Amino acid sequence: MSVDPEKFQRMIQSQKFLDGIPHMGALGVQLVNFEVGKVTVRLPYRPEIVGNPDTGVIAGGAISALLDNVCGSSVVARVARPNAFATLDLRIDYMKPAVPERDVFAFAECYKVTRLIAFVRGYAYQDSSDEPIANATATFMFTGKGMLAQAKGL
Amino acid sequence: MTAFHETFGRMKQANDFSGLQQAVPYAKFLGISAAIEEGRVITSMAYADTLIGNTTLPALHGGTIAALLELAALFQIAYEIETEAMPKTITITIDYMRSGAARDTYARAWATRIGRRVANVRAEAWQDDPSKPIAAANANFLLA
Repeated sequence: MSVDPEKFQRMIQSQKFLDGIPHMGALGVQLVNFEVGKVTVRLPYRPEIVGNPDTGVIAGGAISALLDNVCGSSVVARVARPNAFATLDLRIDYMKPAVPERDVFAFAECYKVTRLIAFVRGYAYQDSSDEPIANATATFMFTGKGMLAQAKGL
Repeated sequence: MTAFHETFGRMKQANDFSGLQQAVPYAKFLGISAAIEEGRVITSMAYADTLIGNTTLPALHGGTIAALLELAALFQIAYEIETEAMPKTITITIDYMRSGAARDTYARAWATRIGRRVANVRAEAWQDDPSKPIAAANANFLLA
């Protein structure tokens, strides 16, 4: 694997990393904060991702996709190497609906990594991280082959 | 505006879910459609490049599969019972068994229990063979 570690470090801390994931591009997800093992992103409100047209509330599925992705990003932020990995398991608890017309933020922390598995917890919120709209718990498995698409050409 | 559960009820009675994408913006965003086969809702997610999570493999974004499973579970409940409001997801747990290829994906669900307030549902997603699911979910929904 001929990836320049410094270039990889820079790339994962930039919007480029999210932009390299087509579904995140489709959702318009923006990087807010990146530190070792911890990532925060923002999902801009848009009418196309509304699940309940009666209320204008964003679909749970879009929040799930956001949380799945930020959880994965936190693994990259912790291991800082381009090895590909796959989601094994993702649990999401929805505490309250997102307020319409407002962006949703998602934070995740990769708190433990073993040789094969990464353990992550995260949550989604709007105004304050003290009042999450959803909680996530995820595990990921390093697949041992291939590398992250974004690492290609670095 | 007509409440969604009423719209869904009408689609159910007419056995015609072609208006789903018009009724639910996110269903259109994901390319979701629904049909009834042998008394069960088959929910489909038509392949589009915007559903990809990993461009190298390529593989569908896990989040799109989670969303498909959640919608399949929701539609199955709405199909089985008359709800006064759209059921709300309380919790969903997704197991990913295989990576999703760049192609159409299908899902079906079983309500393991529908109570007065809560419904417990199991959902499975597959691509070429229903007996080889790419992912499965357990979800609980709050009714009314």
